[in-house]
Amino acid sequence: MSVVKPGYVRPLDVRQGCIDMGHGAGGRAMAQLIGELFAPAFCNAYLDRGDDAAVLPALADGERLVMATDAHVISPLFFPGGDIGCLSVHGTINDLVVMGARPLYLAAAFVLEEGFPLADLKRIVESMAAASREAGVPVVTGDTKVVERGKGDGVFITTTGVGALAVGCELSGANARPGDVVLVSGTVGDHGMAIMAQRESLAFDAEIRSDTAALHGLAEAMRAAAPGLRVLRDPTRGGLATTLNEIAAQSGVGMELLESAIPVLPQVDAACELLGLDPLYVANEGKLVAVCPESEADGLLAAMRAHPLGASAARIGVITEDANRFVQVRTGFGGRRMVDWLSGEQLPRIC
Amino acid sequence: MKYVDEFRDGELAATLAVAIAREADTGRDYAFMEFCGGHTHAISRYGVTDLLPANVRMIHGPGCPVCVLPVGRIDMAIGLALARPEVIICTYGDCLRVPASGGLSMLKAKARGADIRMVYSAADALALAQANLGREVVFFAIGFETTTPPTALVLRAAREQGLGNFSVICNHVLTPSAISSILESPEVRRLGTVPLDGFVGPAHVSTVIGSRPYEFFAEEYRKPVVIAGFEPLDVMQAIRMLIRQVNQGRAEVENEFSRAVSREGNLKAQALVAETFELRRSFEWRGLREVPYSALRIRPPFARWDAETRFDLTYQPVPDNKACECGAILRGVRRPTDCKLFGTVCTPENPMGSCMVSSEGACAAHYNYGRFRDVPLKVETMETST
Repeated sequence: MSVVKPGYVRPLDVRQGCIDMGHGAGGRAMAQLIGELFAPAFCNAYLDRGDDAAVLPALADGERLVMATDAHVISPLFFPGGDIGCLSVHGTINDLVVMGARPLYLAAAFVLEEGFPLADLKRIVESMAAASREAGVPVVTGDTKVVERGKGDGVFITTTGVGALAVGCELSGANARPGDVVLVSGTVGDHGMAIMAQRESLAFDAEIRSDTAALHGLAEAMRAAAPGLRVLRDPTRGGLATTLNEIAAQSGVGMELLESAIPVLPQVDAACELLGLDPLYVANEGKLVAVCPESEADGLLAAMRAHPLGASAARIGVITEDANRFVQVRTGFGGRRMVDWLSGEQLPRIC
Repeated sequence: MKYVDEFRDGELAATLAVAIAREADTGRDYAFMEFCGGHTHAISRYGVTDLLPANVRMIHGPGCPVCVLPVGRIDMAIGLALARPEVIICTYGDCLRVPASGGLSMLKAKARGADIRMVYSAADALALAQANLGREVVFFAIGFETTTPPTALVLRAAREQGLGNFSVICNHVLTPSAISSILESPEVRRLGTVPLDGFVGPAHVSTVIGSRPYEFFAEEYRKPVVIAGFEPLDVMQAIRMLIRQVNQGRAEVENEFSRAVSREGNLKAQALVAETFELRRSFEWRGLREVPYSALRIRPPFARWDAETRFDLTYQPVPDNKACECGAILRGVRRPTDCKLFGTVCTPENPMGSCMVSSEGACAAHYNYGRFRDVPLKVETMETST
């Protein structure tokens, strides 16, 4: 051992360094990666114990556990408005939120590709940690694996979330009833088009930014304003159209939408036009779709608009009785058409 | 969106709808074919038929490039990609899902290890070749006169650059030949089997070839043609112009899309295409069978970049599924719902016939956008406010 600096270990070179197979081998290199990169970023009492699993406190009386998991394989890893790190936190939190749950803890698994720059990894981990801190949902346990060069695509992140569901909260896609009102919390298609514009190097005067955000605050305000809220969903992959078809199928109802009422940013609309895409099928990562009884719709809309993440919320249609479970839209042009399930893959690797 | 929303204005559409209803003679029926998939899409996407009187019927024509692409051509590309691992096949997105022989499609062949990629443009295909000099990049080029000039450009660029690892499987087809084929088909010629009172002429195709090629159909077959843009108001205005021509007993070529189409078309693009391609004696179209002089092949000076020559590819025709009505639907003889396979075994997820593959295809457009019309409507009009 050196007599100059006893106990000295050369720190990770986060500026020039890359992931190598050693970082996943379970040895000293992996311990160093976790100790210098992951642990300080995510730092919390459960994770800091360094055990194989996190031991979590009991829930309050009558509360039920809610659990969700989400794998993220997005390309590119960094995009206007976010990156794979914060997206992986928001995505799983929102899956819990739409069940009406209070998100409590996250677990994160990283699949890293050999050769992935440590600087990028650090940026992703720090973004993830910031998102988790902001949402007040700590990452309490995790795992890291490394695959050979060419066997992954930089980094894949899987997050699993646990939340608590209060007594009496029974949100489900199967609850929509004829006469109910359908609302959306803001402009649709932002996330998907931000990714697509980046991939296709489309430059617009007004940048398209991903809407990635944790929605528990908004959802809480919505549930408070509309205690009779029946369905809450986050229209991610497949966009608003897919989510509405899922609700129609689960509830055994139809829908009648007004196309001109569905909010779409002009730059998203333009980008969709250019690429031949329909914004109704483009992914969102920070929006909620709600179905509530007509009597509560005005109050719910007001509460959504009062929240920063729901400022451009809108009432977009009604639930109808329809054994065929068709989602129909009255077009701005004056005709009608169906908004069907997405067929095929509109935009691959969007989240 | 400026310059786009103006052509989708609901109020203008309502005014036009009233005008069309007033001008259409209630004592007769009108049947117009919109040749292009772009028009089919606009009609379905915006619900244009809801704004037309009941006696005006639109027939969806064969102008959807992937719909008329015969299975044998796709088999050719899949066979090449599976047989030669050094080959990268690249093509436009819609092509990937077209059903081919043996339960395959390009997408399924890709899952079995064939290197097949989606590109957004011919230029992307050329760039792929430049970035993969150790591989053979084959561009599977499809489309009507609109997509032909870009293919000609990359062929010329490949020759200028001496790019040795790039080639093209040329499937480019010609609009006027397809229109002739429809007009010559026994169903249309034998008066009454398929009533056809006129054509909504292609938008983008006509920007290249101009309006002049349609003059022959108008004159020879006494069918009015109105060239129209791809926006829903364009389509409605064109329908109104067609009704007027029919009512007045005229059969002329009129140009609704004058903001983009001239009589002569794009002479530069035409010259480029003529320099690079020549007519095929005959080409198989799905639904129309062999159509004489209806497609292009690469000229001998570009033979080095012609994948059919380079890899010695031969075309094997493949018969369609017996129950599939795509052919009759493309000729306007049947409607999608007349087909036994429609919506049952043949859906956009699992297309049996080509019309179900692309959203511009008659079957997919009806399935995705108009299926609700096949069942009695119970829903009352809804009022929503924001």
